Amino acid sequence: MSKNAVYEPAGKSPVGRRARSYTIRRWSVRHARGLEWFYDFFADILLNLHPLWKMIGYERAEAPVVILERAVKGFLFDCRMCGQCVLSSTGMSCPMNCPKTLRNGPCGGVRENGNCEVEPDMPCVWIEAWKGSVMMKNGARIENVQVPHDQSLRNTSSWLRATAERARERQQ
Amino acid sequence: MSDTEYHDLLEQLPGHSSRGRLERILRRGDFAVTAELNPPDSADPNEVYERAGIFDGWVDGINATDGSGANCHMSSVSICALLTRVGYAPVMQISCRDQNRIAIQGHVLGAAAMGVYNILCLTGDGVQAGDHPGAKPVFDLDSLSLLATIKQMRDENCFLSGRIITEPPRVFLGAAANPFAPPHDFRVTRLAKKIKAGAQFVQTQYCFDVPMLENYMNQVRDQGLDKECFILVGAGPLASAKTARWIRTNVPGIHIPDSVIKRLEGAADQKREGRNLCVEILQQLREMKGVSGVHVMAYRQEEWVAEIVERSGVLKGRKPWCKEINPGDYAAAEAMDALMHESS
Repeated sequence: MSKNAVYEPAGKSPVGRRARSYTIRRWSVRHARGLEWFYDFFADILLNLHPLWKMIGYERAEAPVVILERAVKGFLFDCRMCGQCVLSSTGMSCPMNCPKTLRNGPCGGVRENGNCEVEPDMPCVWIEAWKGSVMMKNGARIENVQVPHDQSLRNTSSWLRATAERARERQQ
Repeated sequence: MSDTEYHDLLEQLPGHSSRGRLERILRRGDFAVTAELNPPDSADPNEVYERAGIFDGWVDGINATDGSGANCHMSSVSICALLTRVGYAPVMQISCRDQNRIAIQGHVLGAAAMGVYNILCLTGDGVQAGDHPGAKPVFDLDSLSLLATIKQMRDENCFLSGRIITEPPRVFLGAAANPFAPPHDFRVTRLAKKIKAGAQFVQTQYCFDVPMLENYMNQVRDQGLDKECFILVGAGPLASAKTARWIRTNVPGIHIPDSVIKRLEGAADQKREGRNLCVEILQQLREMKGVSGVHVMAYRQEEWVAEIVERSGVLKGRKPWCKEINPGDYAAAEAMDALMHESS
């Protein structure tokens, strides 16, 4: 493989993802403030439904909620179902779309045009994250150091996990 | 400074994280010089020694790269094993691309046991940039969680899992910074975040654009970050205008302004002009407030590092390098003595 192949468009990139426009993902970042408000509202609803989740059992609720979560967040954020969602700390730009899955900020390889080093057609998710977080009420959360991703949470529902945690906190 | 201080085993000073010389020099306020060793594609230890030997007397630390550019070379941990064996002070680079958290923490312990006092935590280039684009990119940790992990190992005596470490790795922790890549207004925030995660020094990407660095350093000084972390700015000689153009389009994250390329093109001896430019940049960095040192990356021009450092005068007469006694040698000799004693 010639060295120059690296810089061909994403469709031909050795990593093999397909070129696309990322329209919806970028829309979500532009509306980070609204989505933040909506999520806070939605998280409260989920929390208020805690007795229901408890009645059904969090484990049994998991499968259908995962389907819903994947559909909604997949559409809005190209969510990868890492199960440890940090969208509220990353300007509503999903860091798992970074080819290096960086959860703490951009690498040093960002191109001059703001696109990704690995995927030349994709805007760096962390440039997007920065744009989004500037608009958000709690945008300063981008400065928090995120702990390593717990790979065992992959394909689980972060909505339910966050709800269960908040319910536990509320009880204490 | 007397010669004996360099030859004796250095003690860990109060407030220091390591026994290493690099930390000592930086904390003392001296302007530090580090250089990058070009790792061999060979199993011959002498190639490592030769490549380290050319820096003798001119640098305070030798960076052992970890598959830089995602190309396969001798690993950083093994280069460090060889260098510490003969008493050099390496800066071990760890990239998150090739190893998961289990492997990395194991290497950190091993490295510290061998006498590595400086570790540089990197994200690592994507696999697409190197000679094995089909490799699986690991990226289990990122540079910040890597810093936080080693800091926890060192300061809280435990692995990421919480399991106890009996003797913590006493290392001086470093990170990389790239003041020359977008998003420019986020780069200083990112540096602050790295310091929060545990970075005690940073080595930056190549600087070819001093005004851009000045702008970054202004923000750094405004936030007082230069007081919390030692900043070593990267520099290096460009071999020719053609190389500069190639680097600009093919190596991620390196910013080379047009003026630099024009200057190289206009020179009769481009290679020499590249070195002159590097010397000038080093001199400007020496005078820049908040810059604690330089990191010379003279890829395939390592033999010129000594001359470049000398001509730039950044050391101001200080003589940095002398091999030290490796504490591991003492331990090994004593243990072997005891064993021999028992058997006889």
